[in-house]
Amino acid sequence: MSATGTIIQTYESLKKAAVGKVEALKQKPLVLVGTATCGRAAGALNVLQTFRNEISCRNLDVEVKEVGCIGHCYAEPVVIIAKPGFPALCYGSVDEGMAGRLVVDFLINDDPCYEFAMAALEPNDQFPTFADFPRGVYEKKIILADCGLIDPEDIDHYLAHDGYAALAKALTMDPAEVLEEIKNSKLRGRGGAGFPTGLKWEACRNASGNQKYVICNADEGDPGAFMDRAILESNPHQVLEGLIIAAYTVGAGQGYIYVRAEYPLAVARIRTALEQAREKRLLGESILGSNFNFDIKIFQGSGAFVCGEETSLIASIEGFAGVPNHRPPYPAQAGLHRKPTVINNVKTLSYVPHIIRNGSGWFKSIGTPDSPGTAVFALAGKVVSTGLAEVPMGTTLRTLVYDVGNGIKEDKPFKAVQIGGPSGGCLPESALDLSIDFDSLQQAGAMMGSGGLVVLDEDDCMVEIARFFLDFTQKESCGKCTFCRLGTKQMLDILTEITEGRGKPEDIDLLWELAEDIKAGSLCGLGKTAPNPVLTTIRYFRHEYEAHIQEGRCPALMCKELISYAIIPEKCSKLCNVCIGSCPVEAIYTRDDMLKAIYLDKCVKCNSCMVACPPQYKAVVKVSPPIVEKGGS
Amino acid sequence: MALDNGIYIPHLCGLRESERPAASCRLCFVEVEGLPNPVTACTLPVSEGMIVHTRTPRVDRLVRTGFELLLSNHRLRCGKCEKNENCELQKIARERGLKLRLSRLRPLTTEVPVDESPKTFKYDPGRCVLCGMCVWVCHHQTKVGAIGFIRRGISRKVAAFGDVPLGESRCTECGECVRVCPVGALTFKEKFWGV
Repeated sequence: MSATGTIIQTYESLKKAAVGKVEALKQKPLVLVGTATCGRAAGALNVLQTFRNEISCRNLDVEVKEVGCIGHCYAEPVVIIAKPGFPALCYGSVDEGMAGRLVVDFLINDDPCYEFAMAALEPNDQFPTFADFPRGVYEKKIILADCGLIDPEDIDHYLAHDGYAALAKALTMDPAEVLEEIKNSKLRGRGGAGFPTGLKWEACRNASGNQKYVICNADEGDPGAFMDRAILESNPHQVLEGLIIAAYTVGAGQGYIYVRAEYPLAVARIRTALEQAREKRLLGESILGSNFNFDIKIFQGSGAFVCGEETSLIASIEGFAGVPNHRPPYPAQAGLHRKPTVINNVKTLSYVPHIIRNGSGWFKSIGTPDSPGTAVFALAGKVVSTGLAEVPMGTTLRTLVYDVGNGIKEDKPFKAVQIGGPSGGCLPESALDLSIDFDSLQQAGAMMGSGGLVVLDEDDCMVEIARFFLDFTQKESCGKCTFCRLGTKQMLDILTEITEGRGKPEDIDLLWELAEDIKAGSLCGLGKTAPNPVLTTIRYFRHEYEAHIQEGRCPALMCKELISYAIIPEKCSKLCNVCIGSCPVEAIYTRDDMLKAIYLDKCVKCNSCMVACPPQYKAVVKVSPPIVEKGGS
Repeated sequence: MALDNGIYIPHLCGLRESERPAASCRLCFVEVEGLPNPVTACTLPVSEGMIVHTRTPRVDRLVRTGFELLLSNHRLRCGKCEKNENCELQKIARERGLKLRLSRLRPLTTEVPVDESPKTFKYDPGRCVLCGMCVWVCHHQTKVGAIGFIRRGISRKVAAFGDVPLGESRCTECGECVRVCPVGALTFKEKFWGV
């Protein structure tokens, strides 16, 4: 009882100090600039500097803080201004000019510039909140809830938002009770396969041996996926708390965060978070005054996609080449240094504090019975509102693309979504009403994967998409096992031939056979899932393969070898020469009637003329199959 | 393993002495009653009452594809190979009725130079099937550690540190790797036969 009392007391005093600090911050105007990688790419650091300069040269008593990503990546740089007396307002696509104006108009003159505002953060009678937009209605934020709102480099912000409360609670419980809670919650691994987290922990807890490890897998490498990076950059303590609770449950004394070296900002923010957690005795010897000792090391992966596979990840930490090993033994029995090891994804660990704090019943009330909780998707591709979205499991693809993502760019027709990255698959329009959970996606031939969701429209060639992802897995294959090393190469060669117009009718069946065998025959998860993009595109878009092979035609006008550029004389103007100037190889000439035309033999299909042709003419078109020049002319 | 009881299962990478199977050649598939999918025999501990089928349509299909994949990246022309008549690939082809030429797949072999630098043997990467047995004996039996795997994916190959010719590496030419090579990748030079 006294031990329990100490833990609670230690935590409460930490939290009280943190709340005091954050409350003091709220007494004066506060500017939050989203400087996660997505924000930085859009110029957030310049915006941040402008705010700092403008505020200091005017001697304003305003606090400027860096925060992470709120998920609205399409609107980066995002700035939140909280001024006492006004609702906290979020502004999107802020540039230096707008930053200067916000300082003068809002911070000095009390005009909140509603014309620039995206939404308010709390309900008020002046401006709508995020919850008033369709995206807000369908989103349910759990692990992204604090992202972009708290300072990831200040542990007190996390503590003030009930951070580490779950750890304090867990430490007063028996590890077996914590395990029971996680098992009851039916939490499934968010790394892709959806294995029940509780069972993984139980296997490791029951494995014999005193020395055990827990590892956070932050080796996110899917093209188009950035959920883990955003979470680590925006709320690293949430992940640490989950990892510490995992360690307490299974009895591990050492933890690792395996993060890509290509995520320098995430690495820096985790490092700061670790230092601050150690200072507050949330990490290290006798955590929160309990008798539980645990520490975490950062291990930076060097950019091999296969190291996201757990046996390769272990080999990599051990100092060997990141090459997978056969399972069983599973890492939970014999993992790092042959000791029982739990490896969980960033998102999986992020759910843990919430489950411990709110109970497994609460978690199961969200989502579907077999896949409880929420799913985090990185919306990318031809969708209007790209960014991070967190929706309950069981949400339909249609809701995700049209309500949360605000539909397709330029209102073009929807063609497919590529879900789950290179291990996932392409789902067609007929799957739009599919409810998204681990099992339904698997049935449709795709995979939850880590949550990348690329929206494709009519301009995307499905054969080329399959070729793109296979090119990725082929390059990232470690080369250890026959099927993955040679099978993906064979498939890639066939797909390349098809996109270049050299496909043969029997190629489709051969691709299918190879894909099935690679799935069944490969050693690790990379090879076992690599054929998914090919299998799903053949399953749902066989006609596109046939058009390439039989007609030499690319229906999406994407495959360069199968298209020609042409200028429609009826649309072309005698008064305009833009296309001629834009052509890098002088393939466009002026005809006798002053209209323009293209020398097909000179054209390199760079697309410059199509971009250059003014919208009132739109005279340049792509045609497929390519125009064959008649002999002699 | 079944081999002790006179039942042949195709294999290239299996080494009894290794504590953990490499499971990389993916040729030793069998079907076990009670398991949904074919599994590799090298990674499956035998248990009492287990019923194993070494020849089923699914097993045969996987072995055939795996075998053809290996051939697609193998310098064929067996007649000119020192291991002709003594090659594991030929043995698998004979046992399983598979052809030693490509029908479905595209040939991937690039003509790579043969490393003739060691005095007693030569190394032809174009014939290597990456079974890893030579690397294992070099590290675990002879403790020389001259060779290892370099690069990844389709470029993966067995080489000395820095990809220098074997003759310039720390290789002691003990010949153990040549003895375990199941194919014609590592072969003794003829004048040293019987030395």
